[in-house]
Amino acid sequence: MSSEIAHIFSEPPARSTRIPGPPPVPAPAAVELTIDGRTVSVPAGATILDACRAESIHIPTLCFLENLTPVNACRVCVVEVAGARTLVPACSRPVEAGMTVQTASERVRHSRRLVLELLASSVDLSTAPGVADMLAEYGADPARFGPAAPPAQAGERDARQPGHHHVPDGAASATVAQPVKVDNELFVRDYAKCILCYKCVEACGVDAQNTFAIAVAGRGFDAHISTEYDTPLPASACVYCGNCIGVCPTGALMFRSEHEMRAAGTWDEAAQSRTDTICPYCGVGCTLTLHVQQGAIVKVTSPLDASITEGHLCVKGRFGFTFVGSGGDGG
Amino acid sequence: MDLVTLAPRATPDERAAVDVVLGAPVGRWDGGERADPEGGHVASGGHAARERRHLLLPVLHAIQERVGWISRPALEYACRRLSIPPADAYGVARFYGLFSTTLRPPIVAHVCDDIACRLAGAEDVCADLGRALGPAGEPALDGEATWLRSPCLGRCERAPAALFTVAGTLPETIAAAPVDAAGIVTRLERTAAGRRLVPAPTDTEPDEERLANVRRSVPQAGGPGLRILRRVGVTDPRSLDDYLATGGYRGLRRAMEIGREAVIAEVTASGLLGRGGAAFPTGRKWAAVAAQPGQPHYTVCNADESEPGTFKDRVLMEEDPYAIVEAMTIEGFATGSAHGFLYIRAEYPLSAARMAHALATARAAGYIGADILGSGVAFDIEIRRGAGAYVCGEETALFNSIEGKRGEPRNKPPFPVEVGLFGRPTAVNNIETLVNIPGIVADGGAAFAALGTQGSRGPKLFCISGSVPGPGVYEVEFGASLGDLIALAGGVTPGRALRAVLLGGAAGVFMGPDSLDLPLTFEATRAAGATLGSGVVMVFDQTADLVGTLRRVAAFFRDESCGQCVPCRVGTVRQEELLARLANGRPNGSVADELALLADLGLAMRDASICGLGQFASSAIESAVRAGLVAFAGHGEARA
Ligand SMILES: Cc1cc2nc3c(=O)[nH]c(=O)nc-3n(C[C@H](O)[C@H](O)[C@H](O)COP(=O)(O)O)c2cc1C
Ligand code: SF4
Ligand code: SF4
Ligand code: SF4
Ligand code: FES
Ligand code: FES
Repeated sequence: MSSEIAHIFSEPPARSTRIPGPPPVPAPAAVELTIDGRTVSVPAGATILDACRAESIHIPTLCFLENLTPVNACRVCVVEVAGARTLVPACSRPVEAGMTVQTASERVRHSRRLVLELLASSVDLSTAPGVADMLAEYGADPARFGPAAPPAQAGERDARQPGHHHVPDGAASATVAQPVKVDNELFVRDYAKCILCYKCVEACGVDAQNTFAIAVAGRGFDAHISTEYDTPLPASACVYCGNCIGVCPTGALMFRSEHEMRAAGTWDEAAQSRTDTICPYCGVGCTLTLHVQQGAIVKVTSPLDASITEGHLCVKGRFGFTFVGSGGDGG
Repeated sequence: MDLVTLAPRATPDERAAVDVVLGAPVGRWDGGERADPEGGHVASGGHAARERRHLLLPVLHAIQERVGWISRPALEYACRRLSIPPADAYGVARFYGLFSTTLRPPIVAHVCDDIACRLAGAEDVCADLGRALGPAGEPALDGEATWLRSPCLGRCERAPAALFTVAGTLPETIAAAPVDAAGIVTRLERTAAGRRLVPAPTDTEPDEERLANVRRSVPQAGGPGLRILRRVGVTDPRSLDDYLATGGYRGLRRAMEIGREAVIAEVTASGLLGRGGAAFPTGRKWAAVAAQPGQPHYTVCNADESEPGTFKDRVLMEEDPYAIVEAMTIEGFATGSAHGFLYIRAEYPLSAARMAHALATARAAGYIGADILGSGVAFDIEIRRGAGAYVCGEETALFNSIEGKRGEPRNKPPFPVEVGLFGRPTAVNNIETLVNIPGIVADGGAAFAALGTQGSRGPKLFCISGSVPGPGVYEVEFGASLGDLIALAGGVTPGRALRAVLLGGAAGVFMGPDSLDLPLTFEATRAAGATLGSGVVMVFDQTADLVGTLRRVAAFFRDESCGQCVPCRVGTVRQEELLARLANGRPNGSVADELALLADLGLAMRDASICGLGQFASSAIESAVRAGLVAFAGHGEARA
């Protein structure tokens, strides 16, 4: 046997199981700016929000999420930049050298308070984590706009024509209240809780899933998240990855298990444990966080900072857990 | 992406409408004949189909015009042809007021009930129509026709106005003003009986009639000393020869002689500020686009003119279309762009027809196209139609609309000169801005700059409507006062007293009767806390229902908000409700509490909204309150 052939039969050299990363790129230049009187230095390309976070300056956000493209729609993160005619959204505005930013001026607090009041007076925020604290911090009083109008019938809001609306008489203030959409086994869509942050649309589209089952339809106050012709999810392009649920900041999109437990009054977040594990289904190896209450998995999420998932999963990892509780005989 | 299309097959009519725009399908991926049953998953049609996304609006228009509404099978067929997810396309179709995704009768009267038409009795017209045809939106005349309310149709000088759309194989869109209920019903009945709205294609009205119409909209037509309006009512807008005989294409020829940099220098020297509302220096905009590395650059002309009370751009397109073609060509040449888009609101059918005719004849004569005047310079223009959305006049919303998306404004920066249409450097200008260009280039910027005032150079058009004997488009040299303008239109209606003037449109400011000395310049209006906006001067006499007008303005912004950002989406709703409470004498707490809340809302909308729509949605309303033009009473008190 020649040495060459021997070489072929020998063990291949050990190699890293890690996929090589991109070649190193030179660190971006630092940009200096002033935030609330402090001089701050951050890499070029950072947003004002990045800079504030680096300085531990708290900026409220609703439509921003680390794993999605900023849509800067909610406007709760606005800050004051010297020389700008209007306030600017911290979540998407890149820093510029010499910028002077104020994050807590009277103007800033006013707009944040109004944004929160407008949302809270029109949307059910009862399951939106963190929002109660925001309302308290900004002294928001949603009742200023008067009593809420009765909820819309199922499908009524979806049917409204752009450019037309019933002229209000002022007796009540309009809301997005409407019956919850329950059209499949896995999750519900309660658009009475929707702040129209566009996150689910982004997660279903180019930012994660590339399925495009949902989009924003309608215009103005009647804008809403919809499948084509408001078709039920099972007849839409939806693949039940649940990534829209994962990004929804208000609980409008919710596991059916959670929805039903809440309705039955048995949902108890304080009694839940969270356990990180690896999805058992395929070789990708997504990180799962199992939310367990009284020994049963009640929902599954994935950490936003998990390197493989960035918070996104597929239908198996997200919903394929009922076998876990189905008994020890494998049946 | 998987395209899931599950609806039954589109009808032959629906498919034909789509195929007229896109050509016949080439295979099954493309929505063509398939061996397996209709529906189910199909793989995407690839890059070639996706690159035609910008044809979504033209395709939706084609379906709407052929069938009268956009059914799910029709939309899904369009989606397969263009490789667009149906939910996405549905979101687009549901954004625009003139598209319907539910069954709608083929004949529709869109009846303007906006500010100027209200002053001219539009509410009575609507009430009469309700009695004659049933509620707005309900099928009438055996399901053949219906009527709908509409925001400003850009014909305020002849209010009240209506727009008729007739779907079918020979679709028609025709605007009419003034109208009354009986006339509208007669038209609908005659059309339902199978007759066409006009006997022949749109643009053959005899000269006499045409000129009479022009003189009603432009009372100064043919008068001495006009610059912007010099051809209006003088030349035949359908004749390139007329255009050439009145100095046409002198500007473009000089532009080619002196070169790009010199053209931009002339425009900069002219001091021309944009006439679309934002008053940005045109020369600076062009220089910024010209300086952008890389190609392509785009040239966009904003002819969406939907600001209530505005109708000057319509008159210019109808009566001097070649000037717009020439100006855009100069702009394309100067900014290094070979491709222009002219975005016209769908409510302007005659404008679109005249512009299309001018483009075709200019192209045939070599004034636009692959090799302009033998110079080797290439530039051409595509006409795109809006579909009923005021917000699409905002430049970045307009780009999204051309790209086949919902007309949602983009956050700025980046600005269009860097990231505009299709993400490329783009120069976008208003029609009136552009009509000044050929003269500036031909005669030099200095001559233009010699007119007007220090901060406002040149001539300016104003749209006067409301309570005056001679409403219409008027041209003055900058410096004329509000009183001068109203005097040009014949003063306030005889026997009536001036109560208020709405300056700048629904996004503008109400001025009291003591403001007649205000010079209508950018600098003087700014100093007075007002704005010229799009050049609207709407006159209200003492009989006008100002509170009703404010509620109509609030309703307008509520309807036209794109819905993206919270301050505008919900704020415009709360503002309208608040005005309703005040108007009905049922304030929450005291009137003062309500006015404080109104101010709170206004400040947040101004400060935190993404675009100018939300930022100025409270401007007119707050200004009327501030100027004491309206008074409200609390519970049980008498209305002041
Ligand atoms: C809500 C909104 C609507 C607008 N509508 C129009 C319009 O119909 N026509 C127009 O020329 N500009 C309109 N503008 C202004 C445009 O965004 C842009 O400033 C203008 O087209 C630039 O052209 P100019 O520099 O020649 O004025 C609108 C702006 C906003 C915020
Ligand atoms: S579950 Fe997945 S596919 Fe379905 S709507 Fe949500 S993101 Fe889209
Ligand atoms: S459903 Fe949730 S994620 Fe989607 S827009 Fe509404 S609030 Fe945002
Ligand atoms: S201000 Fe209004 S119209 Fe403009 S982006 Fe926001 S919601 Fe849309
Ligand atoms: S978090 Fe910045 S706009 Fe919503
Ligand atoms: S056409 Fe009716 S208000 Fe302008």
